[in-house]
Amino acid sequence: MQFSTEALIVLAPLFAAAFAGLLQRYIGDKVAMGITTASVGLSLALSWPIFLSFIGGEGQERVIELFRFIDVAGFSSIWSVRIDALSAIMLVVVNTVSFLVHVYSIGYMSEDPHRARFFSYLSFFTFSMLALVTANDFLQLFFGWEGVGVASYLLIGFWYQKRSANDAAIKAFVVNRIGDFGFALGIMAAFFCYGSIQFDAVFEAAGADPDLMLGVGDVQFRAVEVIAFLLFIGAMGKSAQFFLHVWLPDAMEGPTPVSALIHAATMVTAGVFMVCRAGELYHLAPLASGFVTIVGATTALFAATIGLAQNDIKRVVAYSTCSQLGYMFFAAGVGAYNAAMFHLFTHAFFKALLFLGAGSVIHGLHHEQDMRHMGGVRKPMPITWALMVIGTLALMGFGIPGIGGFAGFYSKDAIIEAAYASHGIGAQFAFWCGVTAALLTSFYSWRLAFMTFEGRYRGNPDAHHHDAAHGHGHTQEGHEEAASPAAHTDDHHEAHAKPADGSAPAHESPWIMLAPLLVLAAGAIAAGVLFYPYFLGDGADAFWGDAIPLAHGEHHDFPTWVLWAPLIVGLIGFAFAAIFYLWKPGAAKAMAKGPVWAFLYNKWYFDEIYDFIFVKGARAVGDLFWKVGDRKIIDGLGPDGVAASSRFFSRGIRRVQTGFVYHYSFIMLIAAVAFGAYAIFSGIGVAP
Amino acid sequence: MSEIVAGWPILSILTFLPAAGALLILLSRMSARGLNPGYDNGVKLLTLFFTIATFIVSLFAFAAFDAGNPDYQLVENVPWAFGASYAMGVDTLAMSLVMLTTFLTPLCILASWSIEKQVSSYMVLFLVLETLMIGVFCAQDIILFYVFFEGGLIPMFILIGVWGGERRVYAAFKFFLYTLLGSLLMLVAIVAMIAMARAAGIENPSSIPALTAFAQSGGFSPDIQIWLWVAFFASFAVKMPMWPVHTWLPDAHVEAPTAASVVLAAILLKMGGYGFLRFSLPMFPDASHFFTPFVFALSVIAIVWASLVAFRQLDMKKLIAYSSVAHMGFVTMGIFSGNEQGIQGAIFQMLSHGVISGALFLCVGVVYDRMHTREIAFYGGLVHRMPVYAAIFLLFTMGNVGLPGTGGFPGEILTMVGAFQVNAWVAAGAALGVIFSAAYALTLYRKVAFGMIENPKLDAIADLDAREWVTFIPLIIATLVMGFAPSYVLDFTSNSAEAISSAFLGARP
Repeated sequence: MQFSTEALIVLAPLFAAAFAGLLQRYIGDKVAMGITTASVGLSLALSWPIFLSFIGGEGQERVIELFRFIDVAGFSSIWSVRIDALSAIMLVVVNTVSFLVHVYSIGYMSEDPHRARFFSYLSFFTFSMLALVTANDFLQLFFGWEGVGVASYLLIGFWYQKRSANDAAIKAFVVNRIGDFGFALGIMAAFFCYGSIQFDAVFEAAGADPDLMLGVGDVQFRAVEVIAFLLFIGAMGKSAQFFLHVWLPDAMEGPTPVSALIHAATMVTAGVFMVCRAGELYHLAPLASGFVTIVGATTALFAATIGLAQNDIKRVVAYSTCSQLGYMFFAAGVGAYNAAMFHLFTHAFFKALLFLGAGSVIHGLHHEQDMRHMGGVRKPMPITWALMVIGTLALMGFGIPGIGGFAGFYSKDAIIEAAYASHGIGAQFAFWCGVTAALLTSFYSWRLAFMTFEGRYRGNPDAHHHDAAHGHGHTQEGHEEAASPAAHTDDHHEAHAKPADGSAPAHESPWIMLAPLLVLAAGAIAAGVLFYPYFLGDGADAFWGDAIPLAHGEHHDFPTWVLWAPLIVGLIGFAFAAIFYLWKPGAAKAMAKGPVWAFLYNKWYFDEIYDFIFVKGARAVGDLFWKVGDRKIIDGLGPDGVAASSRFFSRGIRRVQTGFVYHYSFIMLIAAVAFGAYAIFSGIGVAP
Repeated sequence: MSEIVAGWPILSILTFLPAAGALLILLSRMSARGLNPGYDNGVKLLTLFFTIATFIVSLFAFAAFDAGNPDYQLVENVPWAFGASYAMGVDTLAMSLVMLTTFLTPLCILASWSIEKQVSSYMVLFLVLETLMIGVFCAQDIILFYVFFEGGLIPMFILIGVWGGERRVYAAFKFFLYTLLGSLLMLVAIVAMIAMARAAGIENPSSIPALTAFAQSGGFSPDIQIWLWVAFFASFAVKMPMWPVHTWLPDAHVEAPTAASVVLAAILLKMGGYGFLRFSLPMFPDASHFFTPFVFALSVIAIVWASLVAFRQLDMKKLIAYSSVAHMGFVTMGIFSGNEQGIQGAIFQMLSHGVISGALFLCVGVVYDRMHTREIAFYGGLVHRMPVYAAIFLLFTMGNVGLPGTGGFPGEILTMVGAFQVNAWVAAGAALGVIFSAAYALTLYRKVAFGMIENPKLDAIADLDAREWVTFIPLIIATLVMGFAPSYVLDFTSNSAEAISSAFLGARP
């Protein structure tokens, strides 16, 4: 094991997390914040040159091996740092967003008494995510996969005094575990079929014998399809895809910087990263890829419909994330891995921007999250407003074909076009889902912007302090001082007088929170135009190298309507949002009373159905096994039945007290000796 | 260092050093000092000294041991009565379990500091128990093995029956009945095996290496193997415990004092797995092949059943006991997959479960000492008063969940990888347990540690004291080392695993 800057990128946040976490009582909040932020800053500074070397076409694909993790008869995993274009992209995405979130959190969490713990978790998350993206085999990938899961668990439940936060944290972990169930089986299947879990060895073996069959029961399947399918189950959990999406909205219980870092920009994209990393497998597996396409496309549309009807500002953005991840997946499903990664890259900027912007609004409104109680925020928070509009334009993918646009324009349109051009399973379905979802995306994004920033302020200033939105309600303060934040009440009271012009009684956020937003806004504007040539354009071959399989078809000439469709539906969505939420707010209220709205507002009743089937089901089966199985049947027929005497014993013993036990143990001892003697004499003792 | 101990009967010293300590305590009790008010503390310190000394001796043995050598090492052999002999020796499998035993026992003594009732008897029993446990793993003679194996029952029976909770007598008898009935069948089988080996002209028919060689040269016909296998299975399945003979374990754990729970979960349960690896697979490979589907079925049922039952428990110890049943399901599944991944995983899982479940029982003991209840609903919000405790409890909860980076992960994944190669559905069934374990373990943690303090009795509960800290630190280090660098352990045990695997796979029909 030798020192290398690549290893330092991964390990620096781990050391900082351990230092801040273990010594938080002795070093104080400032040192803890400083050291974690600095460590991620170091990783960031070391990551960009690597990424830029690939942009320059001079990147060296390399693997730095540190030491053996597990190595049993070919099942071998080595702690490694794998550097190629794919991991270089993830390194800059993870470290950039993580660093900005660290800085932002210094402002956002300034009133929280557990800042050291918070920053320690953030850095631990960063380490796990970096270990995930630099893995050279499936097991280290799985290590990082579970590591980010536990960091997510800890951060969703960061305000642990709050029941709903704890429940959301457990839900996130358990739903992810359902995905991991598939992922782990995928790893086992890969090892069984190809005799290795190292990426290159697996891809090579799969390529050498693409029609290797694997029996599942009596049916034979192509092994590569089974493996790709199982791995994707894991991706569905981590990236909150249809059926396993239910944890992501609840994860908004965590502090907003966490939502931006983990539940928007980085962790939830791990599934997309994994599918691209294993692109060599999916490339050979048309059925599994079709499944990826259909699930991704369904999620893109489905999550967008729910996003229409949510009132919690963070939940709107969360469903938007879910939907955008769907886009990335169907891009990967139709084989456009570079488009998927490009959208992952641009999405990290504008979605982190939207989340942190939402956090700025929440902070400015004293932890109000319900958009029905917002409005009129533009005037008091002009910078946040401008940045949020940039994020919204990037998310809807605003841009004019042939001229240019925001970051999302380049990546999202590339995905929609790739689906249109593909002949893969589900590709046409994905195309139409993608276009429709673009309409809905525009609508809910502008709805959010209008409900939050425009119109008159609808909040009740007195209500804030009893609103449970902020995790540490003041009602609990008397009972539990240590866990509650320092009071953030008095100095804000005077701000609550309603301004006469109908704008909100809010305050603009401090510069330590706005500065990261500015950086992200720059990315949301320019990341598309700057990096398009390398991800998708002429420089793609030099940039990607061997990291992912690139589709080398002829350049498609798309019909004009395909090129313009995203822009047109985006404008339609904007127009509807403007009608309902700017000019005719009465219509929006009427609409919100309809049954369709209720269906969407209640998230298609997924939580209720799952709760009934799985949670209540597990409880019922657990009770059945325990009370009937173990107690009545096994114990009833076994020890209690045979020795009904045991009750007799225990009754007798209460009278005689413990001396009785001594007698019995003595008898047992004698018996054991007698058995031993019998053994020796009967078996061996007959010898002369 | 190996030169220092060359020529010493180091395994015997290791085995009987705790017993010597017990004898010393018994002698001291006969003198009038038993009436001295400081006597109990002196006994505790003396016991701690002896268990630490045993650990140090085991380190010497470890140093003298060559992990690259697949043979039994540090061998001692003294002819005994009737052709049986007092034979000791360890291979890497046995050595790793001996180290687990000597490592955990001093921590158990530290955790027993709060015992006030009949302290000297308690400590004597604990020391005797340690001797018997080490003896089980060191014995190279099958009669000697049986004596240690059965002998371990008695101190544990008394520990539960005297120092246990309210229903201690019921639990102690249930424990004793199950394990004794299982062992009697094994005794009959042992006698039969020796008789057959003797009839075949084997010189030392009760020696385990001789019996293994005899068996592998076809000494036991497949039909006879079936009967012998069943008899051994009866004993080991109860010890593991496997479904459906697992119900004694939750009762025993609930009633046992903390340290006895630790030993029970961490070491006594491992004797079942050790027995399968030492006897069933190498000596009855044909029967083991025959019964593999049966064991797989029981293993998967154990994992799913016990996990779901654990989810519903109201008592902290019962919950952890049921989770032990589930984790032992991975061990039996790994063992009978028969390949190297499976067996290595099973050995690793036994060691890591020893550390993690031991630590979890200690975690329960910490709050039990303060509040005298293990009822989950009594607690809540402990993180506010006991932040250090909450952090440690969380680490071991994650270990129980099998999180990568803790010792709980490598064993689970390796046993599943092993099983997958034999039957993918078995691995899939076991993987369900990975989902359930997250549900029950995290729910327990939430109910105990998170939330607000609702129960006013918890308002003044104190965080870990220095003694408890010292108890946990070695376990924390062990869990993390086993999590991040499991290859140290896996490389050590690879010789035994390879030998057992090849003996088993060589007999594949």
